[in-house]
Amino acid sequence: MYQKKKQLRIRTPEGISFALELASPLMRFFAWSIDALIIISLGIFLQQMIFTPIIKAAPDIGTGLYIVVTTALSLCYAMAMEWFWDGRTLGKRLFRLRVMDSNGFHLQPSQVVVRNLLRVVDSLPLLYLVGGAASFFSPLYQRLGDRVAGTVVVKLPRFNSPDLTAIGEQKFNSLRAYPHLVARLRQAVTPAEADIALQALRRRDTFDDLERTSLFDQLADHFKAKCSFPEEAVRTISSEQYLRNVVELIYSSGQ
Amino acid sequence: MILNIDTFIAEERPFWEELEGFLQRSGKEGGERFSLDEIRRFHYLYQRTSAGLGRLATFSAEPETKGYLENLIARAYADIHERRRIGWKRNKAQQLFRAFPQTFRHHINVFYLVLIITLVGASFGGFVLIKDPQAKAALLPFSHLHNSPEERVAQEMKEQGEHMSGHQAQFAGSLMAHNIKVAIFALGLGLTFGVGTLITLFYNGVILGAVSVDYIMAGQSTFLAGWLLPHGSIEIPAFLVAGQAGLVLAKALIGHGDRTPTSQRLRKILPDLTVLISGVAVMLIWAGLVESFFSQYHAPVIPYSLKISFGVIELLLLVLYLGLVGKQDDGRHDPS
Repeated sequence: MYQKKKQLRIRTPEGISFALELASPLMRFFAWSIDALIIISLGIFLQQMIFTPIIKAAPDIGTGLYIVVTTALSLCYAMAMEWFWDGRTLGKRLFRLRVMDSNGFHLQPSQVVVRNLLRVVDSLPLLYLVGGAASFFSPLYQRLGDRVAGTVVVKLPRFNSPDLTAIGEQKFNSLRAYPHLVARLRQAVTPAEADIALQALRRRDTFDDLERTSLFDQLADHFKAKCSFPEEAVRTISSEQYLRNVVELIYSSGQ
Repeated sequence: MILNIDTFIAEERPFWEELEGFLQRSGKEGGERFSLDEIRRFHYLYQRTSAGLGRLATFSAEPETKGYLENLIARAYADIHERRRIGWKRNKAQQLFRAFPQTFRHHINVFYLVLIITLVGASFGGFVLIKDPQAKAALLPFSHLHNSPEERVAQEMKEQGEHMSGHQAQFAGSLMAHNIKVAIFALGLGLTFGVGTLITLFYNGVILGAVSVDYIMAGQSTFLAGWLLPHGSIEIPAFLVAGQAGLVLAKALIGHGDRTPTSQRLRKILPDLTVLISGVAVMLIWAGLVESFFSQYHAPVIPYSLKISFGVIELLLLVLYLGLVGKQDDGRHDPS
Protein backbone atom coordinates (compact mmCIF):
# COMPACT_ATOMS: atom_id res chain seq x y z
CA MET A 1 0.00 0.00 0.00
CA TYR A 2 1.30 3.41 -0.79
CA GLN A 3 1.16 5.72 2.20
CA LYS A 4 1.40 9.46 1.69
CA LYS A 5 4.42 10.81 3.54
CA LYS A 6 4.37 14.07 5.43
CA GLN A 7 6.48 16.80 3.91
CA LEU A 8 7.87 20.15 4.90
CA ARG A 9 7.05 22.42 1.98
CA ILE A 10 8.94 25.67 1.62
CA ARG A 11 8.35 28.40 -0.92
CA THR A 12 11.35 30.60 -1.60
CA PRO A 13 11.05 34.33 -2.39
CA GLU A 14 12.04 33.35 -5.95
CA GLY A 15 8.71 31.54 -6.17
CA ILE A 16 10.25 28.08 -6.12
CA SER A 17 8.61 25.51 -3.94
CA PHE A 18 10.49 22.53 -2.59
CA ALA A 19 9.54 19.73 -0.26
CA LEU A 20 11.53 17.76 2.26
CA GLU A 21 10.31 14.45 3.58
CA LEU A 22 9.69 14.48 7.34
CA ALA A 23 10.95 11.68 9.53
CA SER A 24 8.18 9.62 11.10
CA PRO A 25 8.00 9.21 14.91
CA LEU A 26 8.97 5.55 14.54
CA MET A 27 12.06 6.36 12.49
CA ARG A 28 13.03 8.99 15.04
CA PHE A 29 12.53 6.51 17.86
CA PHE A 30 14.93 4.07 16.19
CA ALA A 31 17.51 6.83 15.73
CA TRP A 32 17.11 7.86 19.36
CA SER A 33 17.53 4.21 20.46
CA ILE A 34 20.87 4.10 18.66
CA ASP A 35 21.92 7.36 20.33
CA ALA A 36 20.84 6.06 23.73
CA LEU A 37 22.93 2.94 23.16
CA ILE A 38 25.90 5.09 22.16
CA ILE A 39 25.56 7.23 25.30
CA ILE A 40 25.35 4.13 27.50
CA SER A 41 28.32 2.54 25.71
CA LEU A 42 30.36 5.71 26.05
CA GLY A 43 29.50 5.83 29.75
CA ILE A 44 30.65 2.24 30.21
CA PHE A 45 33.78 2.88 28.13
CA LEU A 46 34.66 5.95 30.21
CA GLN A 47 34.04 4.05 33.41
CA GLN A 48 36.16 1.07 32.41
CA MET A 49 39.00 2.79 30.60
CA ILE A 50 39.35 6.11 32.34
CA PHE A 51 37.50 6.37 35.61
CA THR A 52 38.17 2.96 37.15
CA PRO A 53 41.92 3.69 37.47
CA ILE A 54 41.17 7.23 38.70
CA ILE A 55 38.64 5.95 41.25
CA LYS A 56 41.19 3.41 42.47
CA ALA A 57 43.79 6.13 42.97
CA ALA A 58 41.41 8.81 44.30
CA PRO A 59 37.97 7.33 45.04
CA ASP A 60 36.19 10.55 45.98
CA ILE A 61 37.43 12.78 43.18
CA GLY A 62 37.16 9.95 40.64
CA THR A 63 33.53 9.19 41.53
CA GLY A 64 32.63 12.88 41.61
CA LEU A 65 34.18 13.45 38.19
CA TYR A 66 32.49 10.36 36.81
CA ILE A 67 29.06 11.61 37.93
CA VAL A 68 29.68 15.05 36.40
CA VAL A 69 31.08 13.69 33.12
CA THR A 70 28.31 11.12 32.57
CA THR A 71 25.63 13.72 33.37
CA ALA A 72 27.23 16.16 30.94
CA LEU A 73 27.44 13.39 28.35
CA SER A 74 23.75 12.53 28.61
CA LEU A 75 22.71 16.20 28.55
CA CYS A 76 25.11 17.48 25.91
CA TYR A 77 25.65 14.55 23.51
CA ALA A 78 22.75 15.42 21.23
CA MET A 79 23.33 19.16 21.55
CA ALA A 80 26.98 18.94 20.59
CA MET A 81 26.38 16.48 17.76
CA GLU A 82 23.48 18.40 16.27
CA TRP A 83 25.35 21.69 16.43
CA PHE A 84 28.70 20.58 15.08
CA TRP A 85 27.34 17.96 12.66
CA ASP A 86 24.69 20.04 10.95
CA GLY A 87 21.64 18.72 12.78
CA ARG A 88 22.70 15.10 12.96
CA THR A 89 23.61 12.71 15.74
CA LEU A 90 25.14 9.31 15.03
CA GLY A 91 21.71 7.67 15.27
CA LYS A 92 20.17 10.24 12.96
CA ARG A 93 23.01 9.85 10.49
CA LEU A 94 22.49 6.12 10.41
CA PHE A 95 18.83 6.61 9.50
CA ARG A 96 19.58 9.56 7.18
CA LEU A 97 17.75 12.03 9.40
CA ARG A 98 18.61 15.64 10.07
CA VAL A 99 17.25 18.32 12.38
CA MET A 100 16.58 21.62 10.66
CA ASP A 101 14.76 24.87 11.18
CA SER A 102 11.09 24.54 10.27
CA ASN A 103 11.50 27.52 7.93
CA GLY A 104 14.28 25.77 6.07
CA PHE A 105 17.09 27.81 7.60
CA HIS A 106 20.24 26.71 9.43
CA LEU A 107 19.85 25.68 13.04
CA GLN A 108 20.64 28.30 15.65
CA PRO A 109 22.50 27.28 18.83
CA SER A 110 19.49 28.27 20.94
CA GLN A 111 17.25 25.98 18.86
CA VAL A 112 19.60 23.05 19.40
CA VAL A 113 19.85 23.73 23.13
CA VAL A 114 16.12 24.20 23.78
CA ARG A 115 14.91 21.24 21.69
CA ASN A 116 17.30 18.98 23.57
CA LEU A 117 16.60 20.40 27.03
CA LEU A 118 12.89 19.84 26.52
CA ARG A 119 13.55 16.13 26.13
CA VAL A 120 12.96 16.06 29.91
CA VAL A 121 9.27 16.61 29.19
CA ASP A 122 9.08 14.71 25.89
CA SER A 123 10.62 11.61 27.45
CA LEU A 124 7.91 11.41 30.14
CA PRO A 125 6.66 9.12 31.56
CA LEU A 126 9.03 6.68 29.82
CA LEU A 127 10.37 5.91 26.34
CA TYR A 128 9.32 9.28 24.91
CA LEU A 129 5.59 8.61 25.22
CA VAL A 130 4.71 12.29 25.56
CA GLY A 131 7.02 13.32 22.72
CA GLY A 132 5.92 10.39 20.58
CA ALA A 133 2.23 11.22 21.03
CA ALA A 134 2.85 14.92 20.34
CA SER A 135 4.85 14.02 17.26
CA PHE A 136 2.24 11.56 16.00
CA PHE A 137 -0.52 14.16 16.09
CA SER A 138 1.62 17.02 14.79
CA PRO A 139 1.28 17.99 11.10
CA LEU A 140 5.09 18.28 10.92
CA TYR A 141 5.86 15.28 13.19
CA GLN A 142 7.18 17.66 15.85
CA ARG A 143 7.61 16.59 19.45
CA LEU A 144 7.08 19.30 22.10
CA GLY A 145 10.75 20.32 22.06
CA ASP A 146 10.62 20.75 18.29
CA ARG A 147 7.50 22.89 18.48
CA VAL A 148 9.09 25.26 20.96
CA ALA A 149 12.43 25.39 19.15
CA GLY A 150 10.84 25.68 15.70
CA THR A 151 12.65 22.64 14.36
CA VAL A 152 11.71 19.58 12.33
CA VAL A 153 13.49 16.32 11.58
CA VAL A 154 13.72 15.58 7.89
CA LYS A 155 14.72 12.45 6.05
CA LEU A 156 17.59 13.03 3.68
CA PRO A 157 16.93 11.62 0.22
CA ARG A 158 19.15 9.10 -1.49
CA PHE A 159 20.21 9.98 -4.98
CA ASN A 160 20.83 6.50 -6.30
CA SER A 161 19.00 5.64 -9.47
CA PRO A 162 16.86 2.52 -9.14
CA ASP A 163 18.48 -0.73 -10.17
CA LEU A 164 16.73 -1.60 -13.41
CA THR A 165 18.70 -4.79 -13.95
CA ALA A 166 16.29 -6.44 -11.51
CA ILE A 167 13.45 -6.06 -14.02
CA GLY A 168 15.33 -7.77 -16.81
CA GLU A 169 17.50 -6.65 -19.67
CA GLN A 170 15.76 -4.61 -22.35
CA LYS A 171 17.08 -5.37 -25.84
CA PHE A 172 14.45 -3.48 -27.74
CA ASN A 173 11.91 -0.97 -26.54
CA SER A 174 9.18 -0.39 -29.13
CA LEU A 175 8.02 2.80 -27.38
CA ARG A 176 11.38 4.51 -27.75
CA ALA A 177 10.66 5.20 -31.42
CA TYR A 178 8.26 7.95 -30.29
CA PRO A 179 10.39 10.42 -28.31
CA HIS A 180 7.70 13.09 -28.09
CA LEU A 181 5.30 10.56 -26.55
CA VAL A 182 8.06 9.32 -24.23
CA ALA A 183 8.54 12.89 -23.01
CA ARG A 184 4.79 13.24 -22.49
CA LEU A 185 4.68 9.93 -20.59
CA ARG A 186 7.48 11.04 -18.28
CA GLN A 187 5.61 14.24 -17.60
CA ALA A 188 2.30 12.56 -16.90
CA VAL A 189 3.49 9.78 -14.60
CA THR A 190 3.96 10.61 -10.93
CA PRO A 191 6.89 9.23 -8.90
CA ALA A 192 4.46 7.12 -6.89
CA GLU A 193 3.00 5.53 -10.04
CA ALA A 194 6.44 4.87 -11.47
CA ASP A 195 7.52 3.28 -8.22
CA ILE A 196 4.44 1.02 -8.12
CA ALA A 197 5.21 -0.23 -11.65
CA LEU A 198 8.86 -0.82 -10.75
CA GLN A 199 7.94 -2.69 -7.56
CA ALA A 200 5.40 -4.85 -9.42
CA LEU A 201 8.04 -5.89 -11.97
CA ARG A 202 10.62 -6.57 -9.30
CA ARG A 203 8.23 -8.84 -7.43
CA ARG A 204 6.79 -10.59 -10.48
CA ASP A 205 8.05 -14.00 -9.41
CA THR A 206 6.27 -13.81 -6.09
CA PHE A 207 2.82 -13.47 -7.70
CA ASP A 208 0.53 -16.26 -8.72
CA ASP A 209 0.34 -16.48 -12.59
CA LEU A 210 -3.29 -15.43 -12.85
CA GLU A 211 -2.91 -12.63 -10.33
CA ARG A 212 0.22 -11.39 -12.07
CA THR A 213 -1.48 -11.26 -15.46
CA SER A 214 -4.43 -9.43 -13.97
CA LEU A 215 -2.20 -6.96 -12.08
CA PHE A 216 -0.03 -6.18 -15.09
CA ASP A 217 -3.12 -5.76 -17.29
CA GLN A 218 -4.51 -3.23 -14.83
CA LEU A 219 -1.23 -1.36 -14.57
CA ALA A 220 -0.71 -1.34 -18.33
CA ASP A 221 -4.23 0.05 -18.85
CA HIS A 222 -3.50 2.72 -16.28
CA PHE A 223 -0.32 3.85 -18.05
CA LYS A 224 -1.94 3.63 -21.49
CA ALA A 225 -4.59 6.01 -20.23
CA LYS A 226 -1.85 8.42 -19.18
CA CYS A 227 -0.22 8.51 -22.60
CA SER A 228 -1.42 6.71 -25.68
CA PHE A 229 1.20 5.21 -28.02
CA PRO A 230 0.36 4.23 -31.64
CA GLU A 231 -1.24 0.83 -32.08
CA GLU A 232 1.74 -0.64 -34.00
CA ALA A 233 4.03 0.07 -31.03
CA VAL A 234 1.93 -1.81 -28.49
CA ARG A 235 -0.03 -4.38 -30.52
CA THR A 236 2.47 -7.22 -30.32
CA ILE A 237 3.65 -6.79 -26.74
CA SER A 238 2.11 -8.18 -23.58
CA SER A 239 0.96 -6.01 -20.70
CA GLU A 240 4.03 -7.03 -18.74
CA GLN A 241 6.35 -6.09 -21.57
CA TYR A 242 4.53 -2.80 -22.00
CA LEU A 243 5.11 -2.11 -18.32
CA ARG A 244 8.82 -2.97 -18.63
CA ASN A 245 9.12 -0.56 -21.52
CA VAL A 246 7.37 2.18 -19.57
CA VAL A 247 9.53 1.70 -16.46
CA GLU A 248 12.70 1.68 -18.52
CA LEU A 249 11.72 4.89 -20.27
CA ILE A 250 10.81 6.66 -17.05
CA TYR A 251 13.89 5.77 -15.07
CA SER A 252 16.62 5.55 -17.67
CA SER A 253 18.24 8.70 -19.02
CA GLY A 254 17.51 7.48 -22.56
CA GLN A 255 19.64 7.45 -25.64
CA MET B 1 6.76 23.05 -24.32
CA ILE B 2 7.91 19.53 -23.65
CA LEU B 3 11.24 19.48 -21.86
CA ASN B 4 13.98 17.27 -23.23
CA ILE B 5 15.07 15.91 -19.90
CA ASP B 6 18.35 14.39 -21.06
CA THR B 7 19.59 17.54 -22.75
CA PHE B 8 18.40 19.60 -19.83
CA ILE B 9 20.28 17.51 -17.26
CA ALA B 10 23.42 17.42 -19.39
CA GLU B 11 23.40 21.20 -19.78
CA GLU B 12 22.57 22.06 -16.19
CA ARG B 13 24.61 19.49 -14.30
CA PRO B 14 27.87 21.55 -14.31
CA PHE B 15 26.00 24.44 -12.68
CA TRP B 16 24.47 22.16 -10.05
CA GLU B 17 27.87 20.70 -9.25
CA GLU B 18 29.35 24.17 -8.99
CA LEU B 19 26.59 25.17 -6.57
CA GLU B 20 27.24 22.04 -4.55
CA GLY B 21 30.90 23.05 -4.35
CA PHE B 22 29.90 26.43 -2.96
CA LEU B 23 27.63 24.79 -0.41
CA GLN B 24 30.41 22.52 0.76
CA ARG B 25 32.72 25.49 1.18
CA SER B 26 30.20 27.52 3.13
CA GLY B 27 29.85 26.02 6.55
CA LYS B 28 28.63 27.42 9.80
CA GLU B 29 31.65 27.38 12.05
CA GLY B 30 34.86 28.02 10.20
CA GLY B 31 33.11 28.18 6.85
CA GLU B 32 34.88 30.02 4.07
CA ARG B 33 34.13 33.68 3.56
CA PHE B 34 33.36 34.38 -0.09
CA SER B 35 34.55 37.38 -2.06
CA LEU B 36 31.93 39.68 -3.60
CA ASP B 37 32.36 38.05 -7.01
CA GLU B 38 31.96 34.61 -5.47
CA ILE B 39 28.82 35.70 -3.65
CA ARG B 40 27.39 37.00 -6.93
CA ARG B 41 28.24 33.70 -8.62
CA PHE B 42 26.74 31.73 -5.72
CA HIS B 43 23.53 33.73 -5.98
CA TYR B 44 23.42 33.27 -9.75
CA LEU B 45 23.83 29.49 -9.37
CA TYR B 46 21.12 29.40 -6.75
CA GLN B 47 18.73 31.28 -9.03
CA ARG B 48 19.63 29.15 -12.04
CA THR B 49 19.13 25.92 -10.08
CA SER B 50 15.84 27.27 -8.69
CA ALA B 51 14.71 27.97 -12.22
CA GLY B 52 15.77 24.46 -13.21
CA LEU B 53 13.72 22.99 -10.39
CA GLY B 54 10.79 25.12 -11.53
CA ARG B 55 11.05 23.69 -15.03
CA LEU B 56 11.37 20.18 -13.67
CA ALA B 57 8.44 20.58 -11.29
CA THR B 58 5.90 19.50 -13.90
CA PHE B 59 8.14 16.61 -14.84
CA SER B 60 7.18 14.43 -11.93
CA ALA B 61 8.49 11.18 -13.38
CA GLU B 62 12.05 12.34 -12.73
CA PRO B 63 12.01 11.90 -8.94
CA GLU B 64 15.74 11.42 -8.47
CA THR B 65 16.76 14.62 -10.23
CA LYS B 66 13.93 16.55 -8.63
CA GLY B 67 14.84 15.28 -5.18
CA TYR B 68 18.46 16.14 -5.79
CA LEU B 69 17.61 19.67 -6.89
CA GLU B 70 15.20 20.18 -4.00
CA ASN B 71 17.92 19.21 -1.57
CA LEU B 72 20.39 21.51 -3.29
CA ILE B 73 17.96 24.41 -3.26
CA ALA B 74 17.06 23.76 0.39
CA ARG B 75 20.71 24.04 1.41
CA ALA B 76 21.37 27.10 -0.72
CA TYR B 77 18.13 28.72 0.46
CA ALA B 78 19.28 28.39 4.08
CA ASP B 79 22.60 30.04 3.19
CA ILE B 80 21.18 32.87 1.11
CA HIS B 81 18.01 33.83 2.94
CA GLU B 82 19.15 33.35 6.54
CA ARG B 83 19.13 36.74 8.22
CA ARG B 84 19.80 35.66 11.78
CA ARG B 85 23.35 35.58 13.11
CA ILE B 86 24.77 32.09 12.76
CA GLY B 87 26.88 30.66 15.52
CA TRP B 88 27.97 31.91 18.87
CA LYS B 89 29.70 35.21 19.22
CA ARG B 90 33.39 35.07 19.93
CA ASN B 91 34.37 34.71 23.56
CA LYS B 92 31.31 32.79 24.70
CA ALA B 93 32.07 33.03 28.41
CA GLN B 94 32.33 36.80 28.27
CA GLN B 95 29.11 36.97 26.25
CA LEU B 96 27.24 34.82 28.74
CA PHE B 97 28.63 36.86 31.63
CA ARG B 98 26.89 39.96 30.26
CA ALA B 99 23.87 38.38 28.58
CA PHE B 100 22.72 36.48 31.66
CA PRO B 101 21.97 39.52 33.86
CA GLN B 102 20.63 41.42 30.87
CA THR B 103 18.20 38.64 30.05
CA PHE B 104 17.30 38.27 33.71
CA ARG B 105 16.41 41.96 33.89
CA HIS B 106 14.57 41.81 30.57
CA HIS B 107 12.13 39.40 32.19
CA ILE B 108 12.28 40.88 35.69
CA ASN B 109 8.48 41.01 36.05
CA VAL B 110 8.34 37.27 35.55
CA PHE B 111 11.02 36.89 38.21
CA TYR B 112 8.93 38.95 40.64
CA LEU B 113 6.02 36.58 40.04
CA VAL B 114 8.34 33.60 40.68
CA LEU B 115 9.53 35.23 43.89
CA ILE B 116 5.98 35.92 45.07
CA ILE B 117 4.84 32.34 44.38
CA THR B 118 7.85 30.96 46.26
CA LEU B 119 7.27 33.31 49.18
CA VAL B 120 3.59 32.37 49.30
CA GLY B 121 4.66 28.72 49.34
CA ALA B 122 7.21 29.40 52.09
CA SER B 123 4.61 31.24 54.17
CA PHE B 124 2.18 28.39 53.69
CA GLY B 125 4.81 25.79 54.68
CA GLY B 126 5.81 27.80 57.75
CA PHE B 127 2.21 28.43 58.75
CA VAL B 128 1.25 24.77 58.47
CA LEU B 129 4.23 23.72 60.55
CA ILE B 130 3.41 26.25 63.25
CA LYS B 131 -0.21 25.13 63.37
CA ASP B 132 0.52 21.43 63.10
CA PRO B 133 4.10 20.32 63.86
CA GLN B 134 3.06 16.73 63.18
CA ALA B 135 2.71 17.65 59.50
CA LYS B 136 6.51 17.83 59.16
CA ALA B 137 6.82 14.32 57.80
CA ALA B 138 4.22 15.07 55.15
CA LEU B 139 5.65 18.47 54.20
CA LEU B 140 9.33 17.55 53.98
CA PRO B 141 10.33 14.90 51.47
CA PHE B 142 13.83 14.31 52.88
CA SER B 143 14.00 11.88 55.81
CA HIS B 144 17.05 13.55 57.36
CA LEU B 145 14.88 16.62 58.00
CA HIS B 146 12.26 14.65 59.94
CA ASN B 147 14.34 14.52 63.12
CA SER B 148 14.28 17.40 65.55
CA PRO B 149 16.63 20.29 64.68
CA GLU B 150 18.26 20.09 68.12
CA GLU B 151 19.24 16.46 67.51
CA ARG B 152 20.67 17.29 64.12
CA VAL B 153 22.70 20.26 65.40
CA ALA B 154 24.06 18.15 68.28
CA GLN B 155 24.95 15.37 65.85
CA GLU B 156 26.67 17.74 63.41
CA MET B 157 28.71 19.39 66.19
CA LYS B 158 29.74 15.98 67.49
CA GLU B 159 30.76 14.64 64.10
CA GLN B 160 32.55 17.85 63.07
CA GLY B 161 32.09 17.05 59.39
CA GLU B 162 33.53 13.55 59.69
CA HIS B 163 30.59 12.08 57.78
CA MET B 164 31.62 14.14 54.76
CA SER B 165 35.24 13.10 54.91
CA GLY B 166 36.28 11.41 51.67
CA HIS B 167 32.90 12.01 50.02
CA GLN B 168 32.93 15.71 49.26
CA ALA B 169 33.64 15.48 45.53
CA GLN B 170 31.16 12.66 45.04
CA PHE B 171 28.52 14.62 46.97
CA ALA B 172 29.30 17.78 44.95
CA GLY B 173 28.98 15.87 41.67
CA SER B 174 25.66 14.34 42.71
CA LEU B 175 24.33 17.72 43.83
CA MET B 176 25.32 19.42 40.58
CA ALA B 177 23.86 16.66 38.41
CA HIS B 178 20.62 16.47 40.37
CA ASN B 179 20.09 20.21 40.72
CA ILE B 180 20.80 20.95 37.06
CA LYS B 181 18.30 18.27 36.02
CA VAL B 182 15.70 19.73 38.39
CA ALA B 183 16.32 23.22 36.99
CA ILE B 184 15.91 21.96 33.41
CA PHE B 185 12.70 20.25 34.48
CA ALA B 186 11.41 23.51 35.97
CA LEU B 187 12.09 25.15 32.60
CA GLY B 188 10.47 22.27 30.71
CA LEU B 189 7.34 22.44 32.83
CA GLY B 190 6.72 25.81 31.25
CA LEU B 191 5.22 23.69 28.46
CA THR B 192 2.24 23.08 30.75
CA PHE B 193 1.44 26.78 30.22
CA GLY B 194 3.33 27.46 33.42
CA VAL B 195 1.09 25.40 35.71
CA GLY B 196 3.78 22.79 36.36
CA THR B 197 6.42 25.45 36.98
CA LEU B 198 4.16 27.33 39.40
CA ILE B 199 3.38 24.15 41.34
CA THR B 200 7.10 23.30 41.53
CA LEU B 201 7.97 26.79 42.76
CA PHE B 202 5.16 26.76 45.32
CA TYR B 203 6.19 23.33 46.61
CA ASN B 204 9.86 24.32 46.86
CA GLY B 205 8.68 27.36 48.81
CA VAL B 206 6.66 25.12 51.13
CA ILE B 207 9.73 22.99 51.88
CA LEU B 208 11.94 26.03 52.42
CA GLY B 209 9.38 27.69 54.69
CA ALA B 210 8.74 24.56 56.71
CA VAL B 211 12.45 23.82 57.27
CA SER B 212 13.16 27.44 58.20
CA VAL B 213 10.27 27.63 60.68
CA ASP B 214 11.20 24.25 62.13
CA TYR B 215 14.77 25.38 62.92
CA ILE B 216 13.73 28.87 64.06
CA MET B 217 11.10 27.46 66.43
CA ALA B 218 13.74 25.12 67.84
CA GLY B 219 16.06 28.09 68.49
CA GLN B 220 18.56 26.98 65.83
CA SER B 221 18.42 30.10 63.62
CA THR B 222 22.20 30.53 63.61
CA PHE B 223 22.78 26.94 62.57
CA LEU B 224 20.10 27.31 59.88
CA ALA B 225 21.70 30.47 58.49
CA GLY B 226 25.17 28.96 58.65
CA TRP B 227 23.99 25.79 56.96
CA LEU B 228 21.77 27.28 54.23
CA LEU B 229 23.29 30.64 53.35
CA PRO B 230 26.67 29.61 51.87
CA HIS B 231 25.13 27.50 49.12
CA GLY B 232 21.49 28.58 49.35
CA SER B 233 22.29 32.20 48.51
CA ILE B 234 23.21 30.95 45.03
CA GLU B 235 21.21 27.73 44.77
CA ILE B 236 17.82 29.17 45.69
CA PRO B 237 18.12 32.14 43.27
CA ALA B 238 19.26 29.65 40.61
CA PHE B 239 16.04 27.66 41.02
CA LEU B 240 14.07 30.89 40.95
CA VAL B 241 15.74 31.86 37.65
CA ALA B 242 15.00 28.38 36.27
CA GLY B 243 11.37 28.98 37.25
CA GLN B 244 11.60 32.37 35.57
CA ALA B 245 12.75 30.64 32.36
CA GLY B 246 9.83 28.21 32.63
CA LEU B 247 7.36 31.06 32.99
CA VAL B 248 8.97 32.99 30.12
CA LEU B 249 8.29 29.91 28.00
CA ALA B 250 4.74 29.70 29.33
CA LYS B 251 4.16 33.39 28.63
CA ALA B 252 5.26 32.94 25.02
CA LEU B 253 2.95 29.92 24.67
CA ILE B 254 -0.05 31.77 26.11
CA GLY B 255 0.74 35.00 24.24
CA HIS B 256 -1.70 37.12 26.22
CA GLY B 257 -2.05 40.50 24.48
CA ASP B 258 0.43 39.52 21.77
CA ARG B 259 -1.03 38.95 18.32
CA THR B 260 2.08 37.48 16.72
CA PRO B 261 1.83 33.75 15.92
CA THR B 262 2.88 31.31 18.65
CA SER B 263 5.80 30.04 16.56
CA GLN B 264 7.21 33.57 16.24
CA ARG B 265 6.76 34.29 19.93
CA LEU B 266 8.59 31.08 20.79
CA ARG B 267 11.41 31.81 18.34
CA LYS B 268 11.87 35.19 19.95
CA ILE B 269 12.46 33.79 23.43
CA LEU B 270 14.72 30.85 22.48
CA PRO B 271 18.00 32.76 23.02
CA ASP B 272 16.65 34.06 26.34
CA LEU B 273 15.84 30.53 27.54
CA THR B 274 19.30 29.33 26.50
CA VAL B 275 21.06 32.16 28.31
CA LEU B 276 18.95 31.83 31.46
CA ILE B 277 19.40 28.07 31.77
CA SER B 278 23.15 28.34 31.01
CA GLY B 279 23.51 30.91 33.79
CA VAL B 280 21.51 28.68 36.11
CA ALA B 281 23.80 25.73 35.34
CA VAL B 282 26.89 27.78 36.22
CA MET B 283 25.25 28.94 39.47
CA LEU B 284 24.34 25.38 40.42
CA ILE B 285 27.86 24.10 39.77
CA TRP B 286 29.17 26.73 42.17
CA ALA B 287 26.40 25.99 44.71
CA GLY B 288 27.20 22.26 44.54
CA LEU B 289 30.86 22.86 45.31
CA VAL B 290 30.06 25.22 48.19
CA GLU B 291 27.41 22.92 49.67
CA SER B 292 29.72 19.95 49.63
CA PHE B 293 33.01 21.52 50.66
CA PHE B 294 31.78 24.34 52.92
CA SER B 295 28.12 24.25 53.99
CA GLN B 296 28.30 20.79 55.53
CA TYR B 297 31.01 21.81 57.98
CA HIS B 298 29.65 23.54 61.04
CA ALA B 299 31.08 25.14 64.17
CA PRO B 300 33.55 24.50 65.64
CA VAL B 301 35.16 23.35 62.34
CA ILE B 302 34.04 26.52 60.54
CA PRO B 303 32.61 29.34 62.68
CA TYR B 304 29.00 30.26 61.93
CA SER B 305 29.95 33.91 61.59
CA LEU B 306 32.30 33.05 58.72
CA LYS B 307 29.70 30.87 57.00
CA ILE B 308 26.95 33.46 57.35
CA SER B 309 29.23 36.29 56.19
CA PHE B 310 30.28 34.19 53.20
CA GLY B 311 26.66 33.54 52.27
CA VAL B 312 25.64 37.18 52.69
CA ILE B 313 28.57 38.40 50.59
CA GLU B 314 27.69 35.86 47.87
CA LEU B 315 24.09 37.06 47.87
CA LEU B 316 25.14 40.70 47.70
CA LEU B 317 27.52 40.01 44.83
CA LEU B 318 24.79 38.08 43.02
CA VAL B 319 22.33 40.94 43.45
CA LEU B 320 24.91 43.44 42.20
CA TYR B 321 25.80 41.18 39.28
CA LEU B 322 22.22 40.56 38.22
CA GLY B 323 21.25 44.17 38.82
CA LEU B 324 24.15 46.05 37.28
CA VAL B 325 26.27 44.09 34.80
CA GLY B 326 25.59 45.17 31.22
CA LYS B 327 22.93 47.64 32.35
CA GLN B 328 24.11 50.32 29.92
CA ASP B 329 23.14 47.98 27.03
CA ASP B 330 19.72 46.98 28.41
CA GLY B 331 17.88 48.81 25.64
CA ARG B 332 19.69 46.65 23.08
CA HIS B 333 18.81 43.32 24.64
CA ASP B 334 20.03 40.68 22.18
CA PRO B 335 21.18 37.47 23.82
CA SER B 336 21.53 35.69 20.47
